[in-house]
Amino acid sequence: MLTVSELSMRFGGIQALKDVHFSVPEQSITALIGPNGAGKTTVFNCVTGFYRATSGTIRLAATEGGHYDLIKILGTPFQSSDLLNPTAFAHRLYYKLFGGSHQVTRRGVARTFQNVRLFREMTVVENLLVAQHQQLNRNVLAGLFNAKSYLTSEKRALEKARRWLNAFDLLDDANRLAGELPYGHQRRLEIARAMCTDPRIICLDEPAAGLNPNETDELNGLIRMLRDQHGVTVLLIEHDMSLVMDISDHVVVLDHGEVIASGDPWEIQNNPTVLEAYLGVEEESGETE
Amino acid sequence: MFITALKEAIFIGIPALLLFGPVTGLILNGYEIIVDWQRPILLTLVVMVGRFLVSLGSSTEKGKHILESFSRKRSANVSVSTTQTTLPPLAIAGILCVAALLPFFLGNYWLNVLILALIYVLLGLGLNIVVGLAGLLDLGFVAFYAVGAYGFALGHEYLGLGFWTAIPFGAGLAACFGAVLGFPVLRMHGDYLAIVTLGFGEIIRLVLNNWMSFTGGPNGVSAPLPTFFGMEFTSRAKQGGVPYHEVLGPIIGIDYSRSARYIFVYLILLIVVSLMVIFVVRLKNMPIGRAWEALREDEIACRSLGINHVTVKLSAFSMGAMVGGIGGVFFAASQGFVNPTSFTFFESALILAIVVLGGLGSTIGVITAAVLLTILPELLRDFSDYRVLIFGLAMVMMMVWRPRGLLKIRRPAFKLGRSA
Repeated sequence: MLTVSELSMRFGGIQALKDVHFSVPEQSITALIGPNGAGKTTVFNCVTGFYRATSGTIRLAATEGGHYDLIKILGTPFQSSDLLNPTAFAHRLYYKLFGGSHQVTRRGVARTFQNVRLFREMTVVENLLVAQHQQLNRNVLAGLFNAKSYLTSEKRALEKARRWLNAFDLLDDANRLAGELPYGHQRRLEIARAMCTDPRIICLDEPAAGLNPNETDELNGLIRMLRDQHGVTVLLIEHDMSLVMDISDHVVVLDHGEVIASGDPWEIQNNPTVLEAYLGVEEESGETE
Repeated sequence: MFITALKEAIFIGIPALLLFGPVTGLILNGYEIIVDWQRPILLTLVVMVGRFLVSLGSSTEKGKHILESFSRKRSANVSVSTTQTTLPPLAIAGILCVAALLPFFLGNYWLNVLILALIYVLLGLGLNIVVGLAGLLDLGFVAFYAVGAYGFALGHEYLGLGFWTAIPFGAGLAACFGAVLGFPVLRMHGDYLAIVTLGFGEIIRLVLNNWMSFTGGPNGVSAPLPTFFGMEFTSRAKQGGVPYHEVLGPIIGIDYSRSARYIFVYLILLIVVSLMVIFVVRLKNMPIGRAWEALREDEIACRSLGINHVTVKLSAFSMGAMVGGIGGVFFAASQGFVNPTSFTFFESALILAIVVLGGLGSTIGVITAAVLLTILPELLRDFSDYRVLIFGLAMVMMMVWRPRGLLKIRRPAFKLGRSA
């Protein structure tokens, strides 16, 4: 589904990621774990198009076969070889002008944020409607004159919003302001909103942060539901090890910007390198978080 | 209670005396200094009595209550309602009828004030799209106003445009300028954006002022008076049409009146403003309007949802500029003359004040604020020296007590079926 290879990211003199490579199988739940500062969020930002990786490739399998190159979409610098190849030049120019993280989302990669980013002064329903922007009839004239196509598209959007609110048990909050909701609901709303973009892979950045054990359990169920009922591939960053070990099919461990281990949860738990990264080498006391 | 109040009064009296003593007590007269003890002592007494009364008042129950209401943390001034956010249709019809009949009872002076008020409504609506909905602070909105006004005046001079063709022309021209401004500022936020738009506003004004051969510089350009199907609203036809009283005179028996042209401009403007209000209100509930508001709330989240922030910003800038441009065309048409002094920064600040006072994003609020801010200064002509001072004070008080505008902001609620 998603293949990341030789991904490197450099911020000035700091090498945040070095030759990161992993792949996310279709319809799986893959967890990205690692100590603080290991570069997990950087990987996320590269995958979802918020950073342009310094080198490497990120490929997303397209539904009709073939791959999308998620780095090219962001717009890459012109190269001298483009002068000889007008089509490559045109492609590059197009992505330079219109490319960006929104294009990545349109290819089917949705994400949530570590610190919840909702449209706080809009209602819950409006949050979900904004997420469906791409699928709506955006013609200003059609909207002004209440054209039939516009009305049906609005109606469909509302119906879809209702479905997702129902799935995430937020129907009672539908007409409240997003910023007023309790924190746990805001987290769920953010996932619901990301799902409204019709993603094939959803990247959750610490979805359980700040949730109490009950809410974490609910989240556990919701993430499974996304995969089992909606066929979405899930990639998540999480510090809550019990959650990670419980739901993920596949775990990738990052440390200091490098992948130090990957495999199924059981393997990871018993992997000496991972234990070392988390607990330290000698008898120093460390935190497992 | 009295003792503490007295103590506080004395405490405040000492610095007051120190401050007022040299500032008001020493008067320079030619080369000598006259010492006047009465004034600082009087001023200090005023301050002390004031402080005494304030501390006395604030210790009573009622005073405490008032103080508390000022310092209370205000929850977001936003409510969600299922009812329509607009006024009931009957009220709207009533307001429109009164507004349409008003010019027939007013003199030319007040008619002009009303026309100006409606133009400010247009400008407020336009800027409201950019600042209120899309959250892009624009300090140079007057540029689009100027583009609209000059678009009409110069379009008439060089292309022979009439009033009616000038409306879409001015609107389109302003929209293009809006998009042009949009490009360089796409990656900017907040303060930086404000400064760039401020610069843009000044550039337009300076170009208009200095490009003598094209715009006539400070001398300005004259704009033709509007016509209606070849009818002209002057006593003698100047643009090849027929004066209105020669056409309508035999039919309904009216004579030439000097206010006819103002009444005509006012009525057309009223129609255009009503249409624009409908346009803006509808835009707000359409996907594009929601995208603007989402952009104001969180740009990064917008990008994560597949919304191209570039096109959304550009559309906000050009839509806002378009509405402002139409306002400009009407300004030129009602004045019959434009020159760069009408498009200074103060004008931008005034439009921004309208939007802020009305409540960012609220259409009814902006309309009310625009009408108030144009009519009040005219009513308060006697205090014209203090106008800007009062205006500033009002702004400060607004920001302290009602930072989200005079009216409560309402958001539309949606009905969702419960059944699966």
